[in-house]
Amino acid sequence: MNGKSVAVSLVNVRRHFGEVKAVDDVSLDVYDGEFFSMLGPSGSGKTTCLRLIAGFERPSGGQILLHGWDVGGVPPYDRDVNTVFQDYALFPHMTVGRNVAYGLMIKRVPKAERERRVGEMLELVRLSGMENRKPSQLSGGQRQRVALARALVNRPSVLLLDEPLGALDLKLRQQMQIELKNIQQQVGITFIYVTHDQEEALTMSDRLAVFNHGQIEQVGSPAEVYERPATTFVAGFVGTSNVIDAGVARQIVGEAATLSIRPEKIHLSSPDAAVPAESYSVHGTVQDVVYLGMYTRYLVELETSPRAHLAVMQQNLETTSMDVLTIRGKRVQLIWRRDFTRTLQRTEIVEESGV
Amino acid sequence: MTSAAPPLPERRSFLHGVSVVLYRYPFLSIIALLLPILLWIGVIYLGSLTAMLAQGFFYLDGFTGRIVREFTLRTYQELLLQQNIDIFLRTILMAASVTLTCALLAFPLAYFMARFASGRTKALLYLGVMLPLWSSYLVRIYAWKLILAQEGIIGWLANALGLTGVLDAVLSIPGIGGPSLSFSIVGVYLVFVYIWLPYMILPINAALERVPKSVIEASGDLGARPGYTFRRIILPLAFPGVVAGSIFTFSLTLGDYIIPGVFGNSSYFIGQAVLVQQGTAGNIPLAAAMTVVPILVMGVYLLGARWLGAFDAL
Repeated sequence: MNGKSVAVSLVNVRRHFGEVKAVDDVSLDVYDGEFFSMLGPSGSGKTTCLRLIAGFERPSGGQILLHGWDVGGVPPYDRDVNTVFQDYALFPHMTVGRNVAYGLMIKRVPKAERERRVGEMLELVRLSGMENRKPSQLSGGQRQRVALARALVNRPSVLLLDEPLGALDLKLRQQMQIELKNIQQQVGITFIYVTHDQEEALTMSDRLAVFNHGQIEQVGSPAEVYERPATTFVAGFVGTSNVIDAGVARQIVGEAATLSIRPEKIHLSSPDAAVPAESYSVHGTVQDVVYLGMYTRYLVELETSPRAHLAVMQQNLETTSMDVLTIRGKRVQLIWRRDFTRTLQRTEIVEESGV
Repeated sequence: MTSAAPPLPERRSFLHGVSVVLYRYPFLSIIALLLPILLWIGVIYLGSLTAMLAQGFFYLDGFTGRIVREFTLRTYQELLLQQNIDIFLRTILMAASVTLTCALLAFPLAYFMARFASGRTKALLYLGVMLPLWSSYLVRIYAWKLILAQEGIIGWLANALGLTGVLDAVLSIPGIGGPSLSFSIVGVYLVFVYIWLPYMILPINAALERVPKSVIEASGDLGARPGYTFRRIILPLAFPGVVAGSIFTFSLTLGDYIIPGVFGNSSYFIGQAVLVQQGTAGNIPLAAAMTVVPILVMGVYLLGARWLGAFDAL
């Protein structure tokens, strides 16, 4: 167990709904105090996994262990985990204060302590003074924080979050990402965070698991998953990536394997530029130029057979929008360091990432 | 305003012209929408209701048998006679018992329909609940006459199970018993419960359908056992539905005169008393005064429901 104690362990977990294999033989260890994300497109089984850990679903097979304790037949109310729901699931007939106090009421925490803890928690999520509001009187972001406070006040050993920022607009979402991460570090509770937003997962997680078709494609730190995607699916879903077919790869790197190279790792150079050591290069023609402000995205048609395309991202350090547009139709040389190329396992790509 | 508007485009149909006028003067379409119902409710319904209630301030001359059209409170005072008070209390008690029973019977089914049934099962259940409402009220009542009759299925079943003694014991309770279920207050109660049950199931079901599954899961997630979740989350959220249903069952029982007439013994309910006063007895003023009672009772009932917070969710 390499020193860290395991908070949640899934062992060959399966959950089938009739013919549909929502979760198909998933094994996973989440360590104590970790911010762990389950990332994947909709229908990839990540939410079902979360619901299995919470106890809302029962596995069709395999084991779920919470701190080494098999919770297969344990109902949600006897598990030391709490959930922040995607739709927040606040109790509409109760005030914010009573919503947050709900779990403590059930545990018969004395009134004085209950009020103190509810007050502390509302302060943590910056909702002090809102105790007597009804959920319907709050904004989306505030409701989200009430849901977080209501779960955290119970000091669970694991907090499960099901796309909790999905309903918020971009600015608020980015702000809440930072807040959530801060709160997690303050309280030191294990967070298991479900999202389909790769940027969110990369921003917040200590480690993440990429789900596809009810299975895990890769588990690792954000840097590992981004820089060393294991499969074509991960390469395409986490960030954007050029996936080069084996046939084309042989012409560029001399080896027939499916490769990936991130667009920002490629240098757009003049056709006769010298290729540095330990680098690959390929010639092509710029087909399309998209000016994105900070960056420009170029689509280059390679002089390979069959013809392949590579996307290239270049920061606009010394180029203006006018400069970059003149490159369209020009012949260029693409150069990148050998170690930026990853060999991929081929898996099916079910859905394009939102980027 | 009118002068500033450009002329209507030419060579368009009359209806097109009308639609442009409605677009320019939106209040015209609102009037068009509401006028028929306002005429109906305002003039025909409320008008006749007022005319009827005004009758209560006249009185019947006992000697001549004629209605004296002079303002008086004596007819309303007659409501306070013990025999009339008994009728009101009997009716209110019946309405309350029927409502309570309907709520207890309807809730589990409504809950099952909202939370567990899906697809075909759900459609069948909705059909099962609503189907009786599509058939004649009288046909259903006379079917119950046979069910409750001495030789009917209930009597037969009690006999087969050796429970005749229980049935006889129920029927021998003074006040609510009688010669058979089909001639007793117990029978009236059973038929009322049957006939108004759908009106309780549907609103409770609608209220429960609006409770998101995640809210119930959240309660369990926070440590609440099912019983606690039911008392603290499901019941309070379904309560407006229960109240809506109870308004139906309570008011419909208060006003019904057919079921007590067919199944009851000689003790009257409000509806029957009104029927007799305006018909056989020819005492329209007293009949009118009596109709005020259920109106007042419902008024108090609705105020109570509002006080309990039943309309907060509306």
